[in-house]
Amino acid sequence: MALIKAQNITKDYQTEDVVVHALQDVDFEIEPASFVSFVGPSGSGKTTILNLIGCLDKPTAGNLHIADIDVIGLDRKNSAAFRGKHLGFIFQDFNLIPVLTVYENIEYPLIMVQNIPPQERKERITRMLAVVGMAEQAKKYPHQISGGQKQRVAVARALVTNPALVLADEPTANLDSQTAYAVIGLMKKMRDDFGTTFIFSTHDTKIVGEAEVIFRLEDGRLKAKEMKGGIRS
Amino acid sequence: MINLFKIAIRNLIRYKRRTLLTASLITIGVVFVLVFVSITGSFKAMMIGQITDSMLGHLQIHRKGYVASIDNLPLNLNMKPQAYAKIATVLGATPEVAAFSPRLKFGGMFSNFTETTNIRLNGVYPEKEFQTVPLLTSRISEGKKALNRGEIMIPALLAKGLKVKLGDTVVIVATNAEGSVNGKQFIVSGILESATGPGGRDGYIHIEDAAEVLRMPGAEVSEVAVRLKDFSRLPAVVKQLDVKMAGEVNQEKRPMFEVHSWEQLSPFFNIARMIDVMTFFIKIMLIAIVLISIMNVMIMAVYERIREIGTIAAIGTLPGKIRSMFIIEGFCLGIVGAIIGGLLGSAVILIVNLVGIRFDFGQQQGLLLKATLNPSDLLTISVIVIIVAVVASLQPAIKASKMEPIEALRHV
Repeated sequence: MALIKAQNITKDYQTEDVVVHALQDVDFEIEPASFVSFVGPSGSGKTTILNLIGCLDKPTAGNLHIADIDVIGLDRKNSAAFRGKHLGFIFQDFNLIPVLTVYENIEYPLIMVQNIPPQERKERITRMLAVVGMAEQAKKYPHQISGGQKQRVAVARALVTNPALVLADEPTANLDSQTAYAVIGLMKKMRDDFGTTFIFSTHDTKIVGEAEVIFRLEDGRLKAKEMKGGIRS
Repeated sequence: MINLFKIAIRNLIRYKRRTLLTASLITIGVVFVLVFVSITGSFKAMMIGQITDSMLGHLQIHRKGYVASIDNLPLNLNMKPQAYAKIATVLGATPEVAAFSPRLKFGGMFSNFTETTNIRLNGVYPEKEFQTVPLLTSRISEGKKALNRGEIMIPALLAKGLKVKLGDTVVIVATNAEGSVNGKQFIVSGILESATGPGGRDGYIHIEDAAEVLRMPGAEVSEVAVRLKDFSRLPAVVKQLDVKMAGEVNQEKRPMFEVHSWEQLSPFFNIARMIDVMTFFIKIMLIAIVLISIMNVMIMAVYERIREIGTIAAIGTLPGKIRSMFIIEGFCLGIVGAIIGGLLGSAVILIVNLVGIRFDFGQQQGLLLKATLNPSDLLTISVIVIIVAVVASLQPAIKASKMEPIEALRHV
């Protein structure tokens, strides 16, 4: 059964003078534990589609179900609760909380969103720090670590809540190619270890090759779906 | 909740200079208000103490109608000894009453055999009077702190003007209720420093002497001054005595007596009220300082952290928690300002007391101001600051919690 089911998704933005059609009649399904990429040039609708899947925005028309839940019908508070329970986010600019240490940044969603008991919290963070290779930097603040390390922390923060789906909008855009591959490799390893579905957007052709399912977008329309390698179920 | 506090405190530390500036502003406001409240409060208490403890007493009981013409000292509105006995019985049975003193007041002529002037006199039982207005003895600048029959204590201004010294013989001449004139010689046994307020330039003689001058068969009473054990119970005791006295009616079934607190008898009550009004406005100023400074800093904090708000909202932080995060920042600023302000304010008050500020009040000069910080004032001001700090954070906090994560994440 598909983790994400999108039917006839349309998203229009009204500017002062014109209506911008960001997405037009987009249909797709994504299976659990997939490693998916939305690719396309700037303005093709990659970020819009990730925002819709991430319950940060609502489509103008169409149906969108994630984990069998009609996410379009969720109100503000329930959307936030849904995101906290089912989704993880990795941002292009890492978006770590500057006043919290590496450890505390990973801990944040466990305390503030999921209310996990202290002992379990500690175990999960310790494990996650080890997996992303940041155990040594646990007490450092974001301004004390490199970009690649920040994105590792962001990956750990996204995964520590055991989400079904992690969304990453241009996660490698601010990283050098070596670090970018390392981060994508880490995400893939996480998918392998935890069975989490990863969806990321990129316009970096080399990075696209790492995805197992590729959705190509152009002018807000889904032009192609490419399968590479095997998809785990 | 502890984590919300941790994040809030770290965010405050993150913008050190701004936090320091805002906390300093609140601190200065708190210090200023505490010092003002404590000094004006002490001045007010001292002023009230001077008026009540050296002249008026905490409250007074008169025959109905006496206060309306009190400046004339009307002898025909005195209470007969039987009427006073009723009052004495009621006062004796009132546990809140510490002491009371009957006074026979009248106006007369004062002569040193070469010059004559007018004088207001209080015929009193000295022991009762000294118990009821204990500061009266401290006003005796010359002479013994006692008053026997045949002796008179006169105000310093009169003694100076008529060049009368201790031990001199003087004559008091007065007209009684029937219009006949009588005179009596007295020995000056004390010189009284003047005090501001009604009765501040009065002379004192023994009540039996006063009755003799006025040719009364038994000493009538113009007023009964009352001192309470606990001054803060004054309104309640006045009410209580009013009820008790209402039962005493004359032949026309009208109340015989009237009870007045010192506020109703002294114009200085208006000064005390003005001090309260000033204190109120100073507190309003403090509220404005805290409100504006915290609101300003919190609005800045929200605008500077829009992307951060977007991030925490995106990862599932509920709007209520985002709201709490900013409110707690304001709360912490308020707490810091209140605590440091309280400590510094207390220190300043201590220094004021160590330095020793002296001031003149009416005729009394060189009064030492003892500024005291009432714990309830400290608590009230701290609570006001903290509540206002929270209120000031509400608008920015609500704004933060209502931000759409997608918009906030796009913010540059």
